[in-house]
Amino acid sequence: MTAPVAYLDYNASAPLLPEAAAAMTATFALAGNPSSVHRAGRAARAVIEDAREAVAALVKVTPAQVVFTSGATEANGLALAAGPVTAAAVEHPSVLAWAEAATIPVDADGIVDLPALENRLREFPPAVVALMLANNETGVLQPVTDAAGLAHGVGARLHCDAVQGPGRVLVNFQALGADTMSLSAHKFGGPKGVGALILRPGLELSALVKGGGQERRRRAGTENLAGIAGFGAAAKIAVTALDNAHRIAALRDVLEARIADQVPQARVLGQGVARLGNTSCIVLPGVPAETQLMRLDLANVQVSAGSACSSGKIAASHVLTAMGASEADAKCAIRVSFGPGSTVADIDAFFSAWLPLALTAAA
Amino acid sequence: MSDLNSMGFAKPPSATRIVVAMSGGVDSSVAAAMLARDGYDVVGLTMQLYDVGAATAKSKTCCAGQDIYDARRVADRIGMPHYVVDYETTFKADVIDRFADSYVRGETPVPCIMCNQTVKFRDLFKAAKDLGADALATGHYVQRLMGSQGPELHRAVDPARDQSYFLFATTRAQLEFVRFPLGGLEKPAVRALGEELGVHVAAKPDSQDICFVPDGRYAETVKRLRPEAARKGDLVHVDGRKMGAHDGVIHFTVGQRKGLGVGGEAEPLYVVRIEPETARVVVGPKAALLERGFALHGVNWLGDDAAPSGDGRHVIMKLRNTHTPIAGTVFGEGAGAARVVLDQPEAAVTPGQACVFYEGARVLGGGWIARGGASQPVSLNLKRSAAANA
Repeated sequence: MTAPVAYLDYNASAPLLPEAAAAMTATFALAGNPSSVHRAGRAARAVIEDAREAVAALVKVTPAQVVFTSGATEANGLALAAGPVTAAAVEHPSVLAWAEAATIPVDADGIVDLPALENRLREFPPAVVALMLANNETGVLQPVTDAAGLAHGVGARLHCDAVQGPGRVLVNFQALGADTMSLSAHKFGGPKGVGALILRPGLELSALVKGGGQERRRRAGTENLAGIAGFGAAAKIAVTALDNAHRIAALRDVLEARIADQVPQARVLGQGVARLGNTSCIVLPGVPAETQLMRLDLANVQVSAGSACSSGKIAASHVLTAMGASEADAKCAIRVSFGPGSTVADIDAFFSAWLPLALTAAA
Repeated sequence: MSDLNSMGFAKPPSATRIVVAMSGGVDSSVAAAMLARDGYDVVGLTMQLYDVGAATAKSKTCCAGQDIYDARRVADRIGMPHYVVDYETTFKADVIDRFADSYVRGETPVPCIMCNQTVKFRDLFKAAKDLGADALATGHYVQRLMGSQGPELHRAVDPARDQSYFLFATTRAQLEFVRFPLGGLEKPAVRALGEELGVHVAAKPDSQDICFVPDGRYAETVKRLRPEAARKGDLVHVDGRKMGAHDGVIHFTVGQRKGLGVGGEAEPLYVVRIEPETARVVVGPKAALLERGFALHGVNWLGDDAAPSGDGRHVIMKLRNTHTPIAGTVFGEGAGAARVVLDQPEAAVTPGQACVFYEGARVLGGGWIARGGASQPVSLNLKRSAAANA
């Protein structure tokens, strides 16, 4: 009786890859503390260093540049805590939490306004400029390399929140020109609760989590061994996942073509600019995202909207209002995000649950 | 009739979608658990009504109160879908602002009725229908019984728990769609059922105060919204003597005896009348509180016969939730207005409270008590009342 589950929320979290699960399970047999000198300690330490190499390879850096954290939120904090921070208006809350109130605006497609950034930097040079690689709600790609050039021009660092990148687009830390970059394992098949900050060689940051000497004194505390092992395993897969990205983008385009064909009043944000191939941010005017999400979920179709408070209440997305969407439209936007496990059947399931809502609203 | 399921639908429970309004408290949790146990397609909705952090001036706390978490945990345990719907804007306009405005007018409002009337039975109704529900269930202690003319609203079997007073404004159309699974149960039975069904809030105390005034200091809430309610004024005796001063009409309710700060009189003094225009609070002996007639607005009629006309309809009524029912006659004046003439004078007819009509256990409707009861001439109506009773 229950409809098959269509999971279309990869930007929130991707299902754990079996390879990651296996790597994590293997660590449960390891008794040692990775900081211990003895054989058991060394065995645990080896798991962490293997994973560090895999994560380094994923973003084309050396292992010494990788600092494991509890996730991208902590990695963003580690990179930004020293401040002051100038950030784009569409950054994730874990970046905006450290940023100056005056953020850099974006255009209607969600791309940061580089001349505005340049003016701001000239007037109020910060210590760090934060610009994400790809927006989590729209998938829109940002001109990180250009922004890095502007930041460096005023002696500021460039921090890039790149959590939505791996497995979807090529992420080359050095080519981006960033000084720091955050990653999150669970966005591409690793476990939740583990991430990393990538540092430019030679850059030293003071630890947020203080105590022992783990992670070269940049992050104290006994390492999340299972999480890091899973992160490493997922990173190895993500390196080769780009082949799949074309298939995923084609699926996403099928969805958007069907929407354009049958629900002309709906709009896809950022559709005309470079964006992740897996993400579709759809505004259905007049139907609150709250209603869309509930209806879809009751039909076993799982998508996201805006930024949910811990209560589950959905606020109008700051990303969409920054793009110039009205408060009303911003409250009517949902995000559909695909991944390696997505199929045409998922689109069919989405459509059969969503189309009646759209048609009722149009009537 | 035997083909109908317990919610009154001619289909199996599994094909009957019931949206349950879950507050996070014991009662609605048990209602949800009962319906889930009986095999219904149950969906829980919890209303986000106000920012708990802002309400308690602790802005750093999250927007969600403990009750939302409790509701979610109950739904998790039952294994039913659960969502939070955001009615902060409409709750502010339709309940909190109206609550404050009512105090400014010198009334003593009943925000729970305003809430049932608006966010619950208008907005939540719509949400339930949007989700394809066959009915909306709540944890109210009130009964919906099928009568010859359709569903009727009746008092709960547990008189100590009866919430029918708060639901007088339920319209016939709303009554068609709503269900009250607890109305036929005693409170201890509900708690026991909660334990049996594994509802972990079963030992939680009942909520008491006005939900958006969690610290019970309603006057502070009103003052923040409507500073004019805190205008200082005089405390005046009905005989014209000035008795003292006060810090705003917000602090008074008709019938109030404590906290007046006046003494030395032969008999105790009560608040008889509140005059917000001049910020005067009029006090007097108990006899001065007696009212025979008063006006109603926003009248809702749920009887089988036509709504009361100018000829009057004799009913029993409650003037407060905890009031012992009294008898009187309702004279309809059209457009939701009516006048009530009581069989016997009654003390403390409080503007802003509801006057709810009953016939036995059945709710026949009710209306809001308007200001100015004592100042209205009732002689004409008294004559008509006598005629109606003859």
